[in-house]
Parts: sequence; C-alpha cells; structure tokens
Amino acid sequence: MKKSVFVGAFAATAFVAGMAQAQTLQAILDRGELNCGVSTGLAGFSAPDANGVWQGFDVAKCRAIAAAVLDDPMAVNFVPTTGQTRFSALASGEVDMLARNTTWTFTRDIDLRLTFVGTNYYDGQGFMVTRELGVSSATELDGATVCIQTGTTTELNLADFFRANGMDYEPVPIETNAEAQQQYLAGACDVYTTDVSGLAATRASFEAPGDHVILPEVISKEPLGLVVRDGDKEWEGIVRWTLMALIAAEELGITSANVAEMAQGTDMPEVNRLLGTEGDFGAMLGLDSDWAVRAISAAGNYGEIFAANIGDQTPIGLARGLNAQWTQGGLMYAPPFR
Amino acid sequence: MSNIESQTIAYVRDTMIPEQAPPLTESGAIKWLRENLFSGWFNTVLTLLSLAVIWWSLAAIGPWLVNTVWNAGSLSECRRILDGTEGACFAVINDRWHQLLFGFYPSDLYWRPVLALVLLFVALAPILFTGLPRKMLWFSAAYPFVAYHLLWGGSVWLPISALLGFVAGGVAFVLVRKINGLAAIFASVLAPVFWWLVVAGPFDDAMSSVLPLGLDFVRSDRFGGFLISLVIGVTGISLSLPLGILLALGRQSDMVFVKSVCVIFIEFIRGVPLITLLFTASLLLNYFLPPGTSFDLILRVIIMVTLFAAAYMAEVIRGGLAALPKGQYEAADALGLDYWKAQRLIIMPQALKISIPGIVNTFIGLFKDTTLVVFIGLLDPVGLSNAIRASTDWQGIYWELFIFIGALFFIFCFGISRYSMYLERKLKTDHK
Repeated sequence: MKKSVFVGAFAATAFVAGMAQAQTLQAILDRGELNCGVSTGLAGFSAPDANGVWQGFDVAKCRAIAAAVLDDPMAVNFVPTTGQTRFSALASGEVDMLARNTTWTFTRDIDLRLTFVGTNYYDGQGFMVTRELGVSSATELDGATVCIQTGTTTELNLADFFRANGMDYEPVPIETNAEAQQQYLAGACDVYTTDVSGLAATRASFEAPGDHVILPEVISKEPLGLVVRDGDKEWEGIVRWTLMALIAAEELGITSANVAEMAQGTDMPEVNRLLGTEGDFGAMLGLDSDWAVRAISAAGNYGEIFAANIGDQTPIGLARGLNAQWTQGGLMYAPPFR
Repeated sequence: MSNIESQTIAYVRDTMIPEQAPPLTESGAIKWLRENLFSGWFNTVLTLLSLAVIWWSLAAIGPWLVNTVWNAGSLSECRRILDGTEGACFAVINDRWHQLLFGFYPSDLYWRPVLALVLLFVALAPILFTGLPRKMLWFSAAYPFVAYHLLWGGSVWLPISALLGFVAGGVAFVLVRKINGLAAIFASVLAPVFWWLVVAGPFDDAMSSVLPLGLDFVRSDRFGGFLISLVIGVTGISLSLPLGILLALGRQSDMVFVKSVCVIFIEFIRGVPLITLLFTASLLLNYFLPPGTSFDLILRVIIMVTLFAAAYMAEVIRGGLAALPKGQYEAADALGLDYWKAQRLIIMPQALKISIPGIVNTFIGLFKDTTLVVFIGLLDPVGLSNAIRASTDWQGIYWELFIFIGALFFIFCFGISRYSMYLERKLKTDHK
C-alpha cells in the first residue's frame, strides 16, 4: 500500500517534470552534450578505464546517439546512477536517457511514465555452481544455500522458481556483486544467482573459471532497455531509431569499416534509406541525413559493439544467444526502415 | 672498645660489596614478561592463545602481503606473474591510484587539488596551534575562496567578489557602530546581501572583461575519489562547528521562538538517517527547482552533510554547557558581562574544552560518513572501487582496493584523533 502511494506520487511528479521538458533534443543541442545515465560500474557494460573514459556495451549506445545528434561520440556526460536513483534522475531531467541494466517491465513503462524505446540486451537469471558439486540442472538444487542480491527482482524470481519446483533453499543475502563473488568463492553458498551476463562476467574473473559451471536453466526474462521520459516523441524517436539503426546495420552488413563506402550509395534500397542517400529519414527525426552513418561509425553496428565489449573474444565471453539477429535464431529484430 | 670488638668478632667487612645484577627473573625483558604476560595460569593461557591468533593471522596474511605484485596491467597478468602462489595484487593501486585520489579530475591539473590540500594545512595551522603568528589567521579566513578557485577554477573574480561581500559587511559594521550598536549588526548583514545580489554580478562581469584572469573551469562531475571525501568532509566539519554552537545556544535560549526552532531542527535531523537526507538532496530537490536549473550535486550534498553534522554537534556542545557549574553563569552575570561577552569569554571556552572528545568524535564520524554518497551515485573512493572492479582488467579484485581506501581514511582520522589528544593535554587545567 505504502509502496503504491509512493509510486503514485513519484509518477505524478515525473509526469509534471516530463511535461516541462518536452524539448530534450533542443536542450541537448544547446548544451552541446548528451547526459547519459549509466550504471556505477558493471563489467562489460559500463565502467571507466584507467584514463577515466567510460567504456562498455551500454556506453557505446550513448556514444552512438551522441554521434547521431551532436556529431561527436565523445560529447557525452556520463552520469553514474544507482538502482535507487536511476528513474528519478531521468524523470527530473538530470539525464536525457538511461542506458544501464534496467529491465523493461509493465509498471516501469506504464506506472512510472517512462518509455522503453527497445531492448538493448536480452538477459535472464541463471545459476552458477562449482563443478565439484556435480550438479547439471537447476532442478537438482534442493536444499542448496544460494547467494542472492537483496531487494532485486532476482530475489523474487528465485523464490518463485524454487516454489514452482517444490524445492527448498537457504538464502545468503548479499549487497553487491563483488561481495557475492567473495562469499561464493569462500564457500559461504553453493549457488550464486544473478543475470546470466553477470554470472559470465563473474566467472571470467575467477582464478580457475573452468571449475565453475553456469547451469542451463534461465528462470526469468530480463530485457534490458534504453529508457527515455514520456512526453517527448521527437527525442524518443531519435533514441529508438538510433538503436534500431545499429541493429539493422548488422543485419544489412554495414560495419564501421565499410559504412563510409556504403554511404556513397549502394544498390540496396534499405541501406540507402538508412544511410541517407535515399529519402529524408534524418530530417523526419529532426537530424540531418548522415545521422545513421555517424552513429554506426562511432563504435560500429550492434554486432561489433557486442563483440568488442562482451563477446566471446573478450574476458566476459558472452555468446550471442538471444541477442543474435533474428536471422541467426536470436531476438534482435529491427523494424524496416521504410 | 675496638680491641674487644676485634676479639669477639672474627671478621669485619670494611669494603662495600660491588653491586650485583638483579636475578635474571627479576629484571629486564624477563621480568616484564613474567609480570605482564605470564603472571598466573589464566594470563599465561590468554597470552599463549593471543600468540596463536597472531601467528595464525600472520601466517595467513603475511605471504599474501609479501608476494605483492606491484606492476601489472590486469588481474590476469598479476595471476600469471604469481603463477599459482598466494599473493596480493596491489598493481591495481599502481594502475588506478590517481582515480582513487582525484576521480576524473583532469590529470594535467592534479597540482590544483594538491596545492589546495597543502594550503589547507597552512590555513589550519594558526587555528590549531596557538604558537604561530596570529597574522596567519587572515590567510585562514581567505582560504575557502582560494580553495574554491583552485578546485573549480573559472574566473578569479567570482570568489573575489564573494569575498568582497564579507569585506563590505565588515566596513559597514565599523562605520555604523559609531552611530548605533544594534544598527551596526543589521548593517553588517544587509551590506553583504546587497553586495551579492546587486553589485557582485555587474562587478564580476566588468572585471572579467577588463582583466580576464582565472584557471580552467573544472565541472563538479569530474570530482571523485578521495578528493570528494575531503571536499565534503572538510567543508562539513568547518561549517558544522559554528552552526552547532549556535544551535546549542539557541536550544538553551529563553526566547520561545528561537528555542523551538532549534529544538525542532535538531530533533528532526537526528531522527532521520543521513542516507535519507542524501536521497532528498539528490532526488527530491530536483523536482522542486525549476527545470533546467542544475544546482550542483556536490553542493547539495555538502549542505545536507553540514546540517546533519551540525545537529549532532549541537547536542555534543549542549552536553558541555550542561557540565558547567551554574556558578560560572552567575559569575559572568556578576561581572556585568552581556550575553555574547559572557559566552565568548567564560562559558564557551570551558564548554568547548569539555566537549573536545565528543566534537572530534562527530568530526571523525562525519568524515567517514562521506562514503555514504556512493548510494546517490557520486564516485567517492568506495564508489570508484566498484567502478574499477567493473572494468574487465580488474574484475574480481577485492581486498587490495579496500586496504588502500582504509589506509587513506585511517591516516586522516588518526591524525584528527591525535591532535584532539594533544589539545586536551594542552588545555588541561585540573590537577588530577
């Protein structure tokens, strides 16, 4: 009850704030900088490097959008946000968009008056155990102690999963991923559960990654999306279609290496429309015709960004899985540029 | 007589026996050990247990510390160098120390925070040690403006015009005091407000266009690491003490309005956790301000931390005031001192002296509480340690970062605590 009152009040203020800030694009152009909310540090997705420059999968999306809008992928002011501050930072106008591990859910989309422009990464909750435990399926985990981050949807998913399978477990509540690693390695819990991408990144950091297995069951859907405020269709369109341009670019074979060449004009009409040699899609967005060329040049298409930050050649080593193109058996599916 | 003696006593010693060393068990290290560590079966058992614990911890941590790797580009490189042996990887500090200290402050401008820190000690010296020339206090008074300019940069005329506001207040006070004492106090408040609201803007613009001096502007969101802890901590500490004194006096006041305002303020702040106030600062304030105004986040946090510490400080000082015998107040009255003179000359020196341990306790607590800003997404050392761990190079590193951060905080907190002990000894007037 209390919670719903809070959410209601929050939504009301967010709505008012959203009305007042309809002109996001103009504000960004005046400022000369995109304020992009990212997580305070998530391996492979967003983290500052030794020079203080933010790197990662989410960060690359912000850079692509900054390149499309401001013609400079570095014109991004990264605002680190926590799980608690992210939505109000967006609603109050402190950031123009969120590109962090935020699951697209009904209440966030409708009740909080935010707009999820699309799915950036399909994640899901999984389990990691030590190899010596000899477990090959999550349904064999009856009676296990489980390290679980408190106050997250993963906690609820875990309870649902064990109850549905008629199993018992003993939770070991932990606060951060780093703490979870320590607890798990110290043997305080048999199982560590969080999003599969997080499990893979965690396992990659172990001294002997081969001694740990990630179980095949994925017990929840976690579509991580890019988020903007309700009430600014123009800006929403730019963010959505920049993301779609990156995804479509991979499908159409446009990479950061050949985008300049293909922008000269090709015999594929959809490529031409995307890259601005045919039609005036840029103008419809409120940008110029080269917007997609710049976005793709910033860090490459969706597949290139994936490979450079979290793909199987990186220490994180994630397979494409659900995040492959629809033509490859995944869920990445950009609507047609037409 | 002597004959008789010589006949009855066979031997008389006529030289002193040379002094002998005390028995082995009654001197030096062995005596100390016997007395302090093995003075009974119970203490002996405790000693042996403690030795076992120390040995066990050293055996566990020692090799890890000794085998430290200092030069490596990533955790996996560290592990390659260690090649299976147990060892720390302090290479992460070597690689990222500048981030832990300065956050994202531009690296070619590191001299500015460093200089600000050095000047901080220069400014503190005359306040902390009475042996130094009193003229140095003028620098201490100007230090906040110097430090602001060094840290944030921008036009040099901004801090100068802010400082001139205080000068205007002082001048007004001196001028009007000849006419009327009460009017002088009002003048000294109104003159700076007038200056800041009306004159400062045009003055700033005019001077900037005539003589554009200044350092490169550094935005607040570039601040991070230990720099942010120090900025918040030092500002909070130095502002909370005077504010706390005023609140403590207000709470003891006979004037109902003043008293109730102070009581409500103190009890409200003490009843609310700091983290709530920080969330208010970072989240709620944005909704109340007109859209587009970005009221600096660090400034908002400093204000909240200061208010929080001031409420605690007020109670600590109230404890000191309560400890003073009533005779001290009556003596001040008997001497014909007015309220402020009595406070300044008689009450406060004694009350503050009594409260030193409590005040320092609050200071240290405040300084360590600055790490709570991690929850509102400010990258203080703890926040940065998370961010560093999130880079693929250093993912999985844990203790090394916390040891480094802990050592930094320990140096400052231990320094504050030693100074307070020195001050207590120096101000001690009883004969215990």
